[in-house]
Amino acid sequence: MSNQLVMYEEELQQLTAICDVLQRDSNAKAVLVIDKNGQAIAQSGEVEHLDVTSLSSLTAGNVAATGGIASLLAEKEFAGQFHEGEKTNVHISIVGARVILLVLFDERSSLGLVRLRVRKAAAELTIVLEALVKKSEAGNQPSVFAEITDDDIDNLFND
Amino acid sequence: MSFINYSSREINCKIVYYGPGLCGKTTNLQYIYNKTNPEAKGKMISLATETERTLFFDFLPLSLGEIRGFRTRFHLYTVPGQVFYDASRKLILKGVDGVVFVGDSQVERMEANIESLDNLRTNLAEQGYDLDKLPYCVQFNKRDLPNSAPLEELTEVLNPTKVPQFEAVATKGVGVFDTLKAVAKLVLTELKRGS
Ligand SMILES: Nc1nc2c(ncn2[C@@H]2O[C@H](COP(=O)(O)OP(=O)(O)OP(=O)(O)O)[C@@H](O)[C@H]2O)c(=O)[nH]1
Ligand SMILES: [Mg+2]
Repeated sequence: MSNQLVMYEEELQQLTAICDVLQRDSNAKAVLVIDKNGQAIAQSGEVEHLDVTSLSSLTAGNVAATGGIASLLAEKEFAGQFHEGEKTNVHISIVGARVILLVLFDERSSLGLVRLRVRKAAAELTIVLEALVKKSEAGNQPSVFAEITDDDIDNLFND
Repeated sequence: MSFINYSSREINCKIVYYGPGLCGKTTNLQYIYNKTNPEAKGKMISLATETERTLFFDFLPLSLGEIRGFRTRFHLYTVPGQVFYDASRKLILKGVDGVVFVGDSQVERMEANIESLDNLRTNLAEQGYDLDKLPYCVQFNKRDLPNSAPLEELTEVLNPTKVPQFEAVATKGVGVFDTLKAVAKLVLTELKRGS
């Protein structure tokens, strides 16, 4: 199964730079890029107090469930979601085929502004992600697994 | 779908616990959660009904240690076992790297076990996976109950392909970590094989 996602330093920096700009230009609290299976990929803003792992898994579950509803209704995927809280609002959108963009914002920003900036960021993220997929499919990057031995794997469980 | 992050030096994998309603999937994760050091685990999330039946999934992120400078992180999920939650089960199987089938040893749950195992195969196939090619283990849970079926019978019916299998009493933790380690090892071995 070649649907493995691989992330390299160079692309991560590019993704993070896009998130930084989005976070700043939209006055957002935080921006997360999450893959559809629930793994956090990149983040920026006030993330120290966030449980990024849980947030990523739940957001992916939410998007998967919403996507399931869409296909039951013979809709193409719903493009985005917005949840309004008392203090924090959540904007969720799908970028390309396999990535989710999550923006957390408060009264310092607005849905209109977030939507506008997300559109721009999504286009840029798509380009980087496509390049990333090509790079990892080309497979000419050294794989960490080529060096791992069965003993390494066994040792992980010897405690 | 494993996620290898060369930047943060992490290997992330997804393991799904599958099986009929009430077989003990959530109990497996709860035991693992309770027995794992705080620094090696994240929060356990259970999306459950008021009667503690899994509604969508349980989620437990675990860190199992390092291999050649890479942190190995496993995301454990359970599916809701009740038959009518099939749409949710399909969603949770997406991107899976390894599967544990938890069977309920009680004689009267045999049909439910068989149905769930068939359902697992079907749902995987729908997404282009073949259970026989995935890292996969079987756990026979609730071995403590007096009405449990003999091991030979369970093996014959629920593990015809003879993948690694474990007897368990998830409430007491018997067999829980053995099962987890076995599937985690198969997942890493498969990643190595595919590289
Ligand atoms: N006697 C006994 N009871 C068990 C064992 N494992 C789980 N149970 C009990 O079985 C019941 C159901 O366990 P869960 O872990 O919630 O089952 P589940 O597979 O997650 O069920 P769903 O969420 O509906 O799919 C609970 O009351 C557990 O305490 C076991 O090994 N022995
Ligand atoms: Mg459950």
